[in-house]
Amino acid sequence: MDKKVAIVGLGYSGFGSTTPDLSYREMIFEAATKCYQDAGGIHPQSIDSFVASSEDFMEGISIADEYVPDQLGAVLKPVHSITGDSLQGLASAMMQIKTGQQSIVAASAFSKVSNLSNHDGLVTYATDPFYIRPFNENPYFIAGLEMNRYLHETGTTREQCAKVVIKNRSNALNNPSALYGARIELEDVTEAPVLSYPLGIYDMSGHLDGSIVVLLASEERARELTDKPIWIKGIGWATDTPNLDSRIDGMGSAVYARLAAQKAYRMAGINNPFNEIDFAEIDDTFSYKELQHLEALNLCGPGEAGKLLELGCFAPDGDFPVNVSGGSLGGGYLHEANGLQRLMETVLQLRGEAGKRQLHDVETGLAFAWRGIPTATGAAVILSTRP
Amino acid sequence: MRKVAIVGAGMTKFVRRALETPKELSYEAAKITLDSCGLTLEDVECIAHGTAPDAFDGLHQNGEYMVDGCGGWNKPTMRVYVGGGTGIHAVVHGWHHVASGLFDTCLVVCEEKMSSALPHAQAFFLTIFDSITERPLEPNLLWIFALEMNRYMERYGYTKEDMALVAVKNKLNGLKHPASQFTEEVTVEDVVNSEMMAYPVSRLDVSPVSDGAAALLLVSERVARRLTDKPVWIEGVGWSLDTAYWATRDLYYPRYTDTAARMAYEMAGIREPDKEIHIAEPYDPFGYKALHHMEGLQLSPRGKTVQLLHDGHFDIDGNLPMCPSGGLLGVGNPIAAAGTMKVCELFWQLRGEADGRQVPGNPRLGVAQSWGDLMQVSSVVVTGI
Repeated sequence: MDKKVAIVGLGYSGFGSTTPDLSYREMIFEAATKCYQDAGGIHPQSIDSFVASSEDFMEGISIADEYVPDQLGAVLKPVHSITGDSLQGLASAMMQIKTGQQSIVAASAFSKVSNLSNHDGLVTYATDPFYIRPFNENPYFIAGLEMNRYLHETGTTREQCAKVVIKNRSNALNNPSALYGARIELEDVTEAPVLSYPLGIYDMSGHLDGSIVVLLASEERARELTDKPIWIKGIGWATDTPNLDSRIDGMGSAVYARLAAQKAYRMAGINNPFNEIDFAEIDDTFSYKELQHLEALNLCGPGEAGKLLELGCFAPDGDFPVNVSGGSLGGGYLHEANGLQRLMETVLQLRGEAGKRQLHDVETGLAFAWRGIPTATGAAVILSTRP
Repeated sequence: MRKVAIVGAGMTKFVRRALETPKELSYEAAKITLDSCGLTLEDVECIAHGTAPDAFDGLHQNGEYMVDGCGGWNKPTMRVYVGGGTGIHAVVHGWHHVASGLFDTCLVVCEEKMSSALPHAQAFFLTIFDSITERPLEPNLLWIFALEMNRYMERYGYTKEDMALVAVKNKLNGLKHPASQFTEEVTVEDVVNSEMMAYPVSRLDVSPVSDGAAALLLVSERVARRLTDKPVWIEGVGWSLDTAYWATRDLYYPRYTDTAARMAYEMAGIREPDKEIHIAEPYDPFGYKALHHMEGLQLSPRGKTVQLLHDGHFDIDGNLPMCPSGGLLGVGNPIAAAGTMKVCELFWQLRGEADGRQVPGNPRLGVAQSWGDLMQVSSVVVTGI
């Protein structure tokens, strides 16, 4: 239990709305090569184990696990796939090191969503085949219902949700790998065409292609590989039911986020997350999700996130910067790699490598990812510059 | 390294067409497992689950859909996936949860419902091939296994009759398994004369399409001592994935099984596996595969395996009983659940609870192995008491 685990390498590739010059495997190869270079030029033969996060239907391949090893340099090595968010994949990698059987483990994830001709149709295939799918509805009705319920229960306003979009897309202008940076006005969001009431089209993040590979190591190996290890202090993940009608707290609150964060905070010894954590990269697949997650993660009370947002608390120069990178609304949504994207931005900030968006004096950060509709699965990670 | 014990096991009957939904199958296996050690879902901290291609159920993010069936509702739940190898890999995955110190109890549940794939689950395997170089040829899974079987036979001069003997023996063992899908003995002639699928694979060389689920409860040493005086310890785990370019490999020897087994034996401190191990549950979706894997697992010298098979070395009362459960050929092959069933079998055998198929002589160490993806992955678990 006392074994400490650090992130010692990071590489990414792609990050465009389409990537016609790269197949998904080339994209992963590029990210992996950069990651290994970042970890002192480690040879993949020296890596003990590999974890990929993927979903078959997203790749158009049954058993997508088959095509993992070659581009990672992982042939005839321990490799497995987690069909979950890439932060769950990260948890799997971390657990392997904590068992003591492995010392260095790579975790990878990618999105090649531009290859999909009908992504929304695919999301429909994740809904219940008997009770939901026969409606043959645009699946975003689930996000519309959730948003409406959340606004109703907490008194959060439609405008406050729109302000999340304004903040994140403006933050994205300082991030060269963010795709959707823009200066927009409140009316641009609130008066945009409605996707599913009250959710408008700008309340939803855009698609992004990209691949991210990170390298984890035990304490002793971490010191050999890098002089700027970022330590994983706590990790947690949880799943509520995917059935819309049997969620324990209804659709207004993100129970999965609360449970995942409880586990991560306990492991990291954090009692007051708002004071003990310096900044966060939090899932904002939809605008309301950022606020809902902030509350579920116990960073503020129910109904407070929107008000604190308006007071500038979550701005880059606020008390608790959230999604300084631009999040998914400003950067684009990486699907299964969403978690690693949140993690990557947290690591860059902690290493002091975030360029124009760099925050000052940060040593503890939180990354949180959600798997998107219709799931109720989330994972949280606490990272720190101190072991 | 933190010790991890198996304290409960359970499985549904393996059948051609279950009336239960995948969730209900998962529920049944999980419930039997918890009941077997007197626990409830409240005692379980996390779930490690597995199921093979999403295409069978026609569900995107199938792992999420399974959650409330296998007890993962409002718990840390993570699905692991290595194709056909998932069944045993889920046990490795569960071991990670407990051995890492993050959890003390982990319920491992694997489920497969293949019958909902119409007209036949085999059709969905077209989409496992490389979309540019292989899929246009419209390959079938049986074809590449036929290539592998042919190469294996040709390398050592084995005959189709030799390979058929595995199906005969495993199906005989399976008759004593209460969850088995089969009801009658077959002979070598039956197997050889059954319908030719793709030379040299005949219909009875192949394990059947099945529906079913299996589950195990893994706990830390502290919890195990409180729950039972007969814990079965996970002594070693190993897994390995070979290149996706299967056509570039010499198929006569499963290198991936070799590396995975060595990893597990190293952890378990086993130096001479063929002498130290008492029970082997190699993955046997096809007759030849059991022998192929016995060689990869270092349990039989390469090229001598058929002789040992003929000599009764692998019989229930032989020196190294192979697939005493009946394996996939004898019980059924609901892909992910079939692997977990093999670890369930080791659990029952090592505790002396395997009734009519009990291996004599108080076996103390067993190995189970599964295989999957494009003939490229092996997961190995060594258990002992």
